[in-house]
Amino acid sequence: MTIPTAPGATTPAGAPYVRIDHLTKRFGDFIAVRQVSLEISRGEIFCLLGGSGCGKTTLLRMLAGFETPTEGAIYIDGTDVTLVPPYERPVNMMFQSYALFPHMTVEQNVAFGLQQDRTPRVEMKDRVAEMLSLVQLSGYEKRKPHQLSGGQRQRVALARALVKRPKLLLLDEPLGALDKKLRERTQFELVNLQEQLGVTFVIVTHDQEEAMTLASRIGVMRAGEILQVGTPTDIYEFPNSRFVADFIGSVNMTEGKLVEDEPDHVLIDCPQFGAAVYVDHGVSAPPDAQVSVAIRPEKIQLSREQPEQGHNVLSGVIVGIAYLGDVTRYLVRLPTGFVLRVTAPNVYRHEERLEQDETVFLRWHESAAVVVTR
Amino acid sequence: MIRSLGRIGRGGEAGLGRWFVIALPYFWLALFFLVPFLIVLKIAFSNVQLSMPPVEPVVTWATDKVLQVRLHFANFAFVLGDSLYLAAFLNSIQIAAISTLLALLLGYPMAYGIARASGTWRNILFLFVVLPFFTSFLLRVYAWLGLLGRNGPVNGLLLKLHLISEPLQLLQTPFAVYLGMVYSYLPFMVLPLYSAIEKLDLTLLEAAADLGCRPTRAFFAITLPLTREGIFAGCLLVFIPAVGEYVIPALLGGPDTLMIGRVVWDEFFGNRDWPVASALAIILLAVLSGFVLLLQKVQSREGAGP
Repeated sequence: MTIPTAPGATTPAGAPYVRIDHLTKRFGDFIAVRQVSLEISRGEIFCLLGGSGCGKTTLLRMLAGFETPTEGAIYIDGTDVTLVPPYERPVNMMFQSYALFPHMTVEQNVAFGLQQDRTPRVEMKDRVAEMLSLVQLSGYEKRKPHQLSGGQRQRVALARALVKRPKLLLLDEPLGALDKKLRERTQFELVNLQEQLGVTFVIVTHDQEEAMTLASRIGVMRAGEILQVGTPTDIYEFPNSRFVADFIGSVNMTEGKLVEDEPDHVLIDCPQFGAAVYVDHGVSAPPDAQVSVAIRPEKIQLSREQPEQGHNVLSGVIVGIAYLGDVTRYLVRLPTGFVLRVTAPNVYRHEERLEQDETVFLRWHESAAVVVTR
Repeated sequence: MIRSLGRIGRGGEAGLGRWFVIALPYFWLALFFLVPFLIVLKIAFSNVQLSMPPVEPVVTWATDKVLQVRLHFANFAFVLGDSLYLAAFLNSIQIAAISTLLALLLGYPMAYGIARASGTWRNILFLFVVLPFFTSFLLRVYAWLGLLGRNGPVNGLLLKLHLISEPLQLLQTPFAVYLGMVYSYLPFMVLPLYSAIEKLDLTLLEAAADLGCRPTRAFFAITLPLTREGIFAGCLLVFIPAVGEYVIPALLGGPDTLMIGRVVWDEFFGNRDWPVASALAIILLAVLSGFVLLLQKVQSREGAGP
C-alpha cells in the first residue's frame, strides 16, 4: 500500500529538514538542554539516546512545542517553529504512555486529529480505515483503549500520530512499555512503516539496542548535551569519548599514557594491563597525555596456545564463564588483577571449550582498541 | 493466595472480625436511618388525633385478641390532590436545579484552579473551600441576613459607589435564596470536582494539542467528558439537600418562595398535622431516589469504560 508523504516538501534535497540551532532549556537553575545544535535530514530515523535526566525528552518536547526553549531556535522544513504552539505544528508525537483518550473508541482516537482539521467526513473515514489496516487493527474500530493489549494500544497510538501525515513524527520511548518479544517484532514493523510512509522519525530512547536497531543516526546525550552524532556503526566502533564508549555496548576501559606517538601508530602504556597497547593510527593528543583505551569484548581472541610474537598479547586466568548459546562470555584476570571481559562466538558445536581457572592468552588486532582523550 | 485468604475469612476469629466491621455501619444506619424512616412511614399512614403524639396509632390491640392494622391512604390522596403541594414540589426542584447549575458553573473553574495550582497554593486554596465548615451552618446563613439587609454593608457599598440612590430590597427575594443555596453548597460541588480533575492525566491534553486541538476545544473534548463522574457526584451532593432545604428559604426567601421543606415544617409545627407532613417527606424521598437511580443509570450506560 502506498500512502502519500507529507505535503509541502519544499526543502531542496540535501538541506537539513529539521535544524536545531543552539537550543537551551533552563528550568530555574537546572539546565535540561544546553546549547544543542543538530541537523536531521528528510526520511531519517534519528535516535536521541541517553540515560534518564539527560535532557532527551526535554529536547523532544521542545520539538513538539510543549516546552518553549530558553534560547535558540528550531526550524522544520525551513520554517522557524520555535514559538509555534503545538496545535499548529506540522509535527505529531507518540507518547510514552500512548496517551490514548480513554473515553473514545479506537476509531475516534485515530480520527481525532483529522476532526481538528475539519477533514470531510468521507475522507476522514477512508483515512482512518487505511491507517488502521496499516497497523493491522482493522476490526478493532469500536473497542475502547482499555479493551486492548499493550501492543495493540501502541499501534493505535502510532496510527493516531501518523494519520495526519506529519512532516515529523516524534516517538518517546515507543517500545518501552512492551515486553521483550513484542518489542523485537515491533522494532521491525516500525522501520517498515517508516520506509513505506517516508516520514522523518525522531525517537527518544534509553535502550541502546533499540537505538542501534531503529536508527539511521544516533545522537548520544548526557547532562543536556549531545556528545556524539553518528550512524550506529560510528557510535559503536568510533566513540569519541569515554562516556559514549561505555554507554553503548559493553567495553573494557583502562587508563594509559601516550609513550610513542607516530602518524601511523601510537603506543599507550597501560598500567592496569601491565603492557603497552599498540594502535595502528595516530592520535591528536600532546605527548605524555593521559588517555583512555577502550576495547570491545568481542574484539579480543582467546587461545590456549601462545600466539606468535606481536603487539597486544596478554595472558590471564579465566575467572568466570557464561555460556549464552550464541556466544560465551568470559572474565579473564590479568596478573595485575585487572579483569577483562571477552566475548567469543560459538562457531562449532563440538568444540573443546575453555574452562574455569585455565590460563589463556588474549590478543586483539592493532585496529581494535579505541583511544579517547575525554 | 486468594484461596487461603478466603479460608481464613470463612471461619475463626478473622471471619468474625470482618463480619463485625461490616455489620457496625449497617447497624448504625439501621438504628438512625431505617428505624426513623419506618416511624415516619407509619405516621404517614396514620390519622390526626388530639393526643400526644397527635396521631392515631396504626397498630392496635383490639378487644377479642385481634391485632388491628389501620392504614389511612387519605394523607397521600390529599397531598397529591392539592395543587399547592405540587407547586411546592416543582418550585423546590426548580430552585434546586438552578442552584446546582450555578454551583457547577462557579465550582468547576474553582476546582480546576485548585487542581492545577502548585503544592502550597493548592493546600491554601483547599483550606479556603473547607473553612466555612468550621462555623455553624445556621450562623453563616444568619450572617447573610446582616449582609443583605437594608442597612447592610452590601447596600452601603452600592450607595457609596453611587450605583444606586436608595437601598435595594435584597432579602426576601429569590436572589437571596439562590445566593444562600450556592454559597452553602458550593464546597460539596468543588470537592468531588477537584478529585476528578486532579486525577486527569495531563498528557491527554498534550496529546490533544499535538493532534491540532486548541485548548478551549480540548477542554470540551477531553477534560469535561473525563471529569463527568465528578460532575455527577457534585451535582447530586448539591441537588439532593437543596430540594429539601428549609433554613435558607425560610430565612432569606420571601413568603412567595414556596419550597417543600418549608411546607413540611408548616404542616408539622403550624398545623400539627404529622401524617400529612410525613406523607410529604415520604413522597420527597421517593422523588429524590428516582433522580439518583435515573442518574446512575445514565452514568453506567455512558461510562462503559473507565
